Amino acid sequence: MNQNAAAGPPRSAAFEYLTTKKDEFVGWARKFSLFPYPFVTACCAMEFMSVSSTLYDTDRFGAALPRFTPRQSDLLMVVGTVAHKQAPILKKVYEQMCEPKWVIAFGVCATSGGFYQNYAALPGIDKIIPVDLYIPGCPPRPEMVIDGIMKLQDRIARDRHPIVNQDF
Amino acid sequence: MSNADDIFDRVRGGLAAKTLESTVEHGVLAIVVEPAEVAEVAGTLKATFGFDMFLDVTAVDWPDREPRFDVVHHFYSTTDRVRVRVKTRVTAADPSVDTLVPLYGSARYMERECHEMYGIRFRGNDDLRPLLLYEGFVGHPLRKDYPKHQEQPLVPYRKDAS
Amino acid sequence: MNRPPASLPNPIRPAFDKGQTEGSVIVNIGPSHPATHGTIQIVAELSGERVVRTDVHCGYLHRGFEKECESHTWHNLIPYVDRLNYCSALINDFAYCEAVEKLMGIEITPRCRYLRTLLAEYSRIADHLTCVAAALMELGAMTAFLYLVTIRDYVYEHLADLTGARVTYSYGRIGGLAGEVPEGWLERLEEILDEMDTFVDRVHGLVDRNRIFIDRMRNVGVLSVDEAINWGFTGPVLRSTGAPRDLRKDTPYLAYEELDFEVPVGIKGDNYDRYYVRMREMDESRHMIRQLMDRLEPGPINVDDRRCTLPEKDRVYTEIESLINHFKLIMEGPQVPPGEVYSAHEAANGELGFYIVSVGGGVPWKVHVRSPSFVHMGGVHRMLDGYQLADIIPSFGSVNMIGGECDR
Repeated sequence: MNQNAAAGPPRSAAFEYLTTKKDEFVGWARKFSLFPYPFVTACCAMEFMSVSSTLYDTDRFGAALPRFTPRQSDLLMVVGTVAHKQAPILKKVYEQMCEPKWVIAFGVCATSGGFYQNYAALPGIDKIIPVDLYIPGCPPRPEMVIDGIMKLQDRIARDRHPIVNQDF
Repeated sequence: MSNADDIFDRVRGGLAAKTLESTVEHGVLAIVVEPAEVAEVAGTLKATFGFDMFLDVTAVDWPDREPRFDVVHHFYSTTDRVRVRVKTRVTAADPSVDTLVPLYGSARYMERECHEMYGIRFRGNDDLRPLLLYEGFVGHPLRKDYPKHQEQPLVPYRKDAS
Repeated sequence: MNRPPASLPNPIRPAFDKGQTEGSVIVNIGPSHPATHGTIQIVAELSGERVVRTDVHCGYLHRGFEKECESHTWHNLIPYVDRLNYCSALINDFAYCEAVEKLMGIEITPRCRYLRTLLAEYSRIADHLTCVAAALMELGAMTAFLYLVTIRDYVYEHLADLTGARVTYSYGRIGGLAGEVPEGWLERLEEILDEMDTFVDRVHGLVDRNRIFIDRMRNVGVLSVDEAINWGFTGPVLRSTGAPRDLRKDTPYLAYEELDFEVPVGIKGDNYDRYYVRMREMDESRHMIRQLMDRLEPGPINVDDRRCTLPEKDRVYTEIESLINHFKLIMEGPQVPPGEVYSAHEAANGELGFYIVSVGGGVPWKVHVRSPSFVHMGGVHRMLDGYQLADIIPSFGSVNMIGGECDR
């Protein structure tokens, strides 16, 4: 979701007001109804289970209902180390998701490979897919995950959301 | 435990003809045999001495030594509760050992892993596809001459990746 | 943004690509699937709903643990070892530390022995909680999952008070432990064990005599004793078939010889037995922890041996010998004499063995992990073939495959 500078003809103030309000409304709706696809591989899964459960609920943020198919989800949470063998699967899942989509790199292994700097582990998923939010930690505490999700929600709220064409 | 020592003495006695060296260290009897004898020794251990569980097969790489690889098998007896290690030395030119798949079903996956990591060929195991590594991976990573950082990515990295 | 995607390489070669029977279909399950516990791919040939044969592929979480081991000091490996079976990380720590201590000829202090046993049982409880919670969630019993994960969260917070981390602790050290138990920790342990009794009883009430649960789990995924031993199954899976094999009783280590506990054993070797064996093992673990809490005596945690124990900080800053000792232990690692050892513990999934080869020096020559999950993956097709497609999920969940341990 890039912030494009308006490249077309100059717009009237009323049009800009309309699109800003539309963006705020759509941003509010999208940020509070995230459908995560938990691409779970390794130890961070334990913290992912904890953060989705009763004590550190992500349901309060609208981000708890996992959709286990990429066609129905908009938030790809890559939880844990991605090995080179798993990389084609991750890329395929990312490509199967529809726009708008966001990617969270959950944990240090997804961010940069962690302390597995060897032939087997992908040194960070941003080598193959674009990432919107990095949550470091090995594994990160649930409070940190919630902080990360809230930052992503702020970003979604501030973002432009073209729905009819790229101007509106 | 004297019970374990008795069992080890019996095993050593029974396999004396095929054993090159044997020691008992840290509670495990370790015997060294010729590569061609491994399957027969394993069969004797299972049939005569009751080592019914196959624990592990792995290899150790000694690049400055000829023969280069040590192939190490571990067996466990659930009735006598003792372990035996069977080691054999194979050369880099012909790193082959007979398979234990006819004796133990669990040998299939472990031999696949040993093959892809070290290049040890298990004669008779027809399924030596990569298990932990992937199709198209060239080389045997756990050998000492494979550099740790040499990656073989399946998906090419993005151009604006950091 | 709208160009067609380039085709991605297939990382595996399945064992079969044509069906054996008339009209059968080949279906790929995983590796990114909610019920395959992260990273297993099962290529199944189905004839209707019945699974004819399966080809299980692991390795999607291969992180090169054994290669990493050859370039780090013995102490630096402890975080790597933690992340093998990440549900019960302390058991891995202690199994590895004990293997190295055997090579060095070190005997740990009594307090350390009791604490290690207590923490190993505590970790085993956390692992069984996770396994049973995930298995029940996959069948649809979301309430039971939430109960068990809540109590597991209390355990994690409690262990974070002790070790500083919730999931992967790095608490074991060669020759002892990282630090002493804080004030009030044992009282809180008592409270958590009592709460756990309540929560586990609730789960028993929800699930044990539930018609749906019994129909889905009884006589599904059946293994016989001989089959289980032939395919290398150990741990709760082997015990569910009826064989009372448990390394804590058969070849006792740590403080297990002094404790009074039973080894729960199943009758048929099906999924229901595996679930019940794990629930009973949690009861036995709680019983063991209560006995150990009574036996704990004050004393030193780390063995007083310069070869592996870091000296106290005040001595490091005032004495030159302690400074050099500390420096060498950190930079070069503890010097372990040449030799090899195979040392196995009863982890939550079965026999976790470390085969360590040392050539002297502070860095290992080879560390090999005999992980129970990897061996189980070789035999799991015996539990899947012949049953229905929907039975793959509970059968697979009852084996408790942990990716970190399986793929290393």
